[in-house]
Amino acid sequence: MATCSCCCGEDELTKQLDKIIEPYRGQPGGLIQVLTKAQELIGYLPKWALISIAKGLGLSLQDVYGVVTFYAFFSLIPRGRHKISVCAGTACYVKGTKMVTKTLREVLGIKPGQTTPDSRFTLEVVRCIGACGLAPAMIIDGKDVHGRLEPEQIPQILEQYA
Amino acid sequence: MITLTIDNQKIAVEEGTTILEAAEKLGIKIPTLCYLKDINVIGACRICVVEVQGAKAYVPACVAPVAEGMVVRTNTPAVIKARKLILELILSDHPMECLTCVRNQNCELQKLAEAFGLTEIRFEGEKTSYPIDNSSPAIVRDPRKCVLCRRCVAVCTEIQTVNAIQAQERGFNSLIAPAFNEQLANVECVQCGQCSLVCPTAAIHEVDDTGRVWEALADPKKHVIVQTAPATRVQVGETIGAEPGSIVTGQMVAGLRRLGFDKVFDTDFTADLTILEEGNELLQRIQTGGTLPMITSCSPGWIKFAEHFYPDLLPHLSTCKSPQQMFGALAKTYYAEKAGIDPADIFSVSIMPCTAKKYECTRPEMKSSGYQDVDVVLTSRELGRMFKQAGLDMANLPEEEYDAPLGISTGAGEIFGASGGVMEAALRTVYEVVTGKELPNINFTECRGLTGVKEATVQVGDLPVKIAITNGLGNARKVLDKIRAGEADYHFIEIMCCPGGCIGGGGSPIPTDTEIRLKRIDATYTEDERMALRKSHENPAVNELYQEFLEKPLGHKSHELLHTHYTKRNRYQEEEC
Repeated sequence: MATCSCCCGEDELTKQLDKIIEPYRGQPGGLIQVLTKAQELIGYLPKWALISIAKGLGLSLQDVYGVVTFYAFFSLIPRGRHKISVCAGTACYVKGTKMVTKTLREVLGIKPGQTTPDSRFTLEVVRCIGACGLAPAMIIDGKDVHGRLEPEQIPQILEQYA
Repeated sequence: MITLTIDNQKIAVEEGTTILEAAEKLGIKIPTLCYLKDINVIGACRICVVEVQGAKAYVPACVAPVAEGMVVRTNTPAVIKARKLILELILSDHPMECLTCVRNQNCELQKLAEAFGLTEIRFEGEKTSYPIDNSSPAIVRDPRKCVLCRRCVAVCTEIQTVNAIQAQERGFNSLIAPAFNEQLANVECVQCGQCSLVCPTAAIHEVDDTGRVWEALADPKKHVIVQTAPATRVQVGETIGAEPGSIVTGQMVAGLRRLGFDKVFDTDFTADLTILEEGNELLQRIQTGGTLPMITSCSPGWIKFAEHFYPDLLPHLSTCKSPQQMFGALAKTYYAEKAGIDPADIFSVSIMPCTAKKYECTRPEMKSSGYQDVDVVLTSRELGRMFKQAGLDMANLPEEEYDAPLGISTGAGEIFGASGGVMEAALRTVYEVVTGKELPNINFTECRGLTGVKEATVQVGDLPVKIAITNGLGNARKVLDKIRAGEADYHFIEIMCCPGGCIGGGGSPIPTDTEIRLKRIDATYTEDERMALRKSHENPAVNELYQEFLEKPLGHKSHELLHTHYTKRNRYQEEEC
């Protein structure tokens, strides 16, 4: 759990979060915008941030948490520097998503949805990335497509990302 | 008006009526599960699907408005097959523990399964495995049995405006819980139990304490006494087959004796006592410039709500304990002394229409006798369960009287059970104490009924006393926000946590709906009129209590035993820094 910085006043992130909340104070309708900006700021949505946002917008913590856990876009846990999205679209699934995921799990020591302890990688399984001709494929950091994957290539690919 | 055909019958209804409501007018009962009239109308469970001519898919009747010339079929083989399939899918993720379930034979899901003649579930798969939350002394949350109907969420957010639970995650992982699946005991839940009253299954239910009471009753060393809340006598009958609105005071007393209680006392007695303490507190505040408006403090759900959501207004709360806790404190002091019983041997049980009372009796400050003042609180539902286990049936029980002295009461104590009752009881006494004259009419009908916020001005001697009465916490907010804004010039406000007051409390028999609440309210005032004494200050046992023990209202002993203090609480799950 992230350390509570809600009432210490000096924490820089807290101040910046307050600035994000300010225009929406007392306005529950601003929740999605505030959450999006807060996640941009902090990298994820720690509990202390959800509490500040709930208080600021006049919502219950339950309302905020319900929205955060509804959208896959929001994350309650810290994300790694690099995001690996393994495609589980139909073509990739048929050609070996399971193999790719299994190899990544073994190499990184984490399950989909988790982040490596050194904060280097976050692993997730996503729907079709539109690279069916390259199946099985994965996309790193939302831009680098790696296709026609074989298990032995994967460690080398990962080495490119510090 | 809109004209449509349902199952070959023509009907004209007002625009905006749903297919479900129109069908009901024709005597056609479309099955529902998530639907809860006026409260939860979201079409989530789909069990109410019907065929509408020209529509591409089945239509959920509970949310679909009627349209001119619409042709609806509610019971074709295809519709019934679809409903069965929906039911099977719901049941495919259900624990199927019906025989050992607290809601066995009073479960809406079970009733549907029976009605549709389900004999097997064709779908096997993963089942929800969230842990049971039994952190609270009042309410158990069992997500395994949840059908995600969201009635509890609707009641908690719309009616009570507490928002302690909400839908989280999605798909198969969906869960109704406090944020972060935190335990109920650790969040702003006020323990009112309205969620348990509307849950169609046992996903949220009261903590069952009947085992502890049976154990005490079997212990020869224990002197086991019981108090019954005002509302219980107009609702306990329903748990064993009586019609809503049945008054079963005498039978309940007889039943409690047959269960083995050594003394059967009445919370109505300390309700009368509350009036003397609270009435005098009000007069003192008015005369000495104390914090006004003063707000009643009988309802523990309301107290916890104030502590979490309006901590700045706590000085407005009367310092009087609730009648239950006044009783508890006196039972192990005054009564113990009078009866010559060691308070350590007294086991004090109360029967309440309330789950929050279970929480209240465990509050650390509720130990003024030197012991936990009230040992166990049973809801009306649990007492019904004990009666059933003991083979007691209301119809075959004689009517018996409460024991003296803590069982002697007036009609004023009795009406505490209905919204406006505490106010009316207080007015009956305050008027006569202040003016020294007899009230020309003791029925303050402006206090009565289900209206969310009731306001009136009552002339007491030279003083026009401005009052307000609210039931349901959403309605309380309206008045509390006025106080915060400095716009409230009331002297005295009654706030009851639950809609309708205690007769609609979270520990009431299931079902409890508006119609049933009204019947229980009528029964409450009927019972009041049947009483020989109807003003708290005329209660001879209360007067004797003052002479022998307490000396005077707001005296030293009263402060020690009958008054309390409140605690500011967080609304959010914050750790101390």
